[in-house]
Amino acid sequence: MNFLVCVKQVPDTTEIRIDPETNTLIRKGVPSIVNPFDGYALEMAARIKDARDDVKIVVVSMGPDQAKEALKNCLAVGGDEAYLVSGRKFGGSDTLATSYVLACAIKKIEEIEGKFDVIFCGKQAIDGDTAQVGPELAEHLGIPQITYGLTAEMTDDEIQVTRETEDGQEILGASFPCLVTATKPSFDPRLPKIKDKLAARKKEIHVLGEEDFDIDFTKCGLKGSPTNVKKTFVPPVKTGGEMITGETPEEVAANLAAALDKEGLL
Amino acid sequence: MEPKTKDLWVFIETYPDGSAQSVGLELLNPGRELAEKQGGKLVGLVIGHNTDAAVKAVQEHGADQVIVIDGEEYEHFTTDAYVNALYEVITKYAPTAMLIGATNNGRDVGPRLSSRLQTGLTADCTKLGYDDETGNIAWTRPAFGGNLMATILCPNHRPELGTVRPGVFKATEAEEGRTCEVIKEDIHVAPEDIRTRLIKEMKEDASEMVDLVGADVIVSGGRGVGGPEGYEPLQELADVLGGVVGASRAAVDAGWIAHSHQVGQTGKTVGPKLYIACGISGAIQHVAGMSSSDCIVAINKDEEAPIFDIADYGVVGDLFAVVPALTAEVKKIKGIA
Repeated sequence: MNFLVCVKQVPDTTEIRIDPETNTLIRKGVPSIVNPFDGYALEMAARIKDARDDVKIVVVSMGPDQAKEALKNCLAVGGDEAYLVSGRKFGGSDTLATSYVLACAIKKIEEIEGKFDVIFCGKQAIDGDTAQVGPELAEHLGIPQITYGLTAEMTDDEIQVTRETEDGQEILGASFPCLVTATKPSFDPRLPKIKDKLAARKKEIHVLGEEDFDIDFTKCGLKGSPTNVKKTFVPPVKTGGEMITGETPEEVAANLAAALDKEGLL
Repeated sequence: MEPKTKDLWVFIETYPDGSAQSVGLELLNPGRELAEKQGGKLVGLVIGHNTDAAVKAVQEHGADQVIVIDGEEYEHFTTDAYVNALYEVITKYAPTAMLIGATNNGRDVGPRLSSRLQTGLTADCTKLGYDDETGNIAWTRPAFGGNLMATILCPNHRPELGTVRPGVFKATEAEEGRTCEVIKEDIHVAPEDIRTRLIKEMKEDASEMVDLVGADVIVSGGRGVGGPEGYEPLQELADVLGGVVGASRAAVDAGWIAHSHQVGQTGKTVGPKLYIACGISGAIQHVAGMSSSDCIVAINKDEEAPIFDIADYGVVGDLFAVVPALTAEVKKIKGIA
């Protein structure tokens, strides 16, 4: 079995703060991490690898040179080979353009590593929060998709994914090749062992630049993107809230109930 | 694709019983305004099986036209059946834009469709506007876990597509008996073109099912409730208010309450008339899911908790003292013995 896991290096958005002076995001000092949902995708692949002895996991990321760091982290928790897709012409791509670049790069990687049976992606990255690249990539590659995967099991001719739905879960099967996106499962992904971390440090990260694979540059980057950002802003902070006080909880409750009743909310 | 009409479409996702999911009906409301701006019709696109109830609901919620694709293969959602049907009907009519509810299935099929149509899609919008200058829809959405809002345009590709969060817009009151033109499209997908198979369905326990999105009142508990039994006073308050109980991710992750109660980025987005947050600190991921509530009450021991920043009414205090006292007060006001 030949697996590919797509990962993105993202700023840890839980560490992001707003600069009250300029009302903009403070990105300085915010650590870069492997997008957590991509970590769940890698864990999903790694668990199948644990259960079988014929699984190879290739990891790919699109981004600047510093994303090699994210790939090294993936090599320490189940990844066997890692590729960085990097080029100025890819910068500014929206989700459709990003998925196109990835699709072109994946065709090249398959020439080296062999055809992939399953491609795993996180359901979304925590910076863009779009959840679009996975399904768009599946369409570019013409393969079926299963999104919002919690866990996955493998038979010889099918992957069976437990998928989160609006009112519960469902188990879907898809034959190979296919693409699965992962959401947060009920368990935490494995932590790297020291020896795997050291081994990962020494491994080469293969780099695919703009000229290293076939691609139509009119379909990538800012110009190749159907959508563009008109403006960004910090969500307005609600002000004018009223604190309800009182000597006893009963008095507080009475004051609060009176306020809600006045607004016609009871 | 060159648009053939100025029509604005709303995708109406259906349940297996053929009724419309509420998000589609909600989107007819902002859809009306956008259709008028663009000078086209408001069209509801219904896909499902035995869809009479959905078609009726779309007419009663103000569409100018309904297009229906009905077939057995659409009873249970599959990516392939839905994307094939959507692609076929969209290329036939070439509308200028389509709104899709940002449910799990909407966000599954939306990007796949945008990729097939080679057009732009904006994810998980919480605000829709119209950019008069360029004649495009202004799609506004949160990013960076809700820390930043971005307004996106899709200037040169049609149809422009967007998924929109359930619960952000409110459906207009249904106008009983209202009808409009209904077009049936005979579009079918062959079984061999559906490349995933349903092996098993696990619906949430009916006793644990909760309609957060449709609720007028939500009493929500977070880490501060301390355990599963901590939800009892919240449930009692919700009962007298005619509401339901919600939860933060911390409480769901701790196993105190089922995931179906979860409000926030990895749970449901809600917009009730009254949201009472008990023992919830107000992490941005939670706030992202409830900030459009009409009135927010925060009850928390920690006066520094960020939830107070967005609350209309704040109480610094022990929820286990305040909540039962509030229940008693509400009973008094409502005259419940």
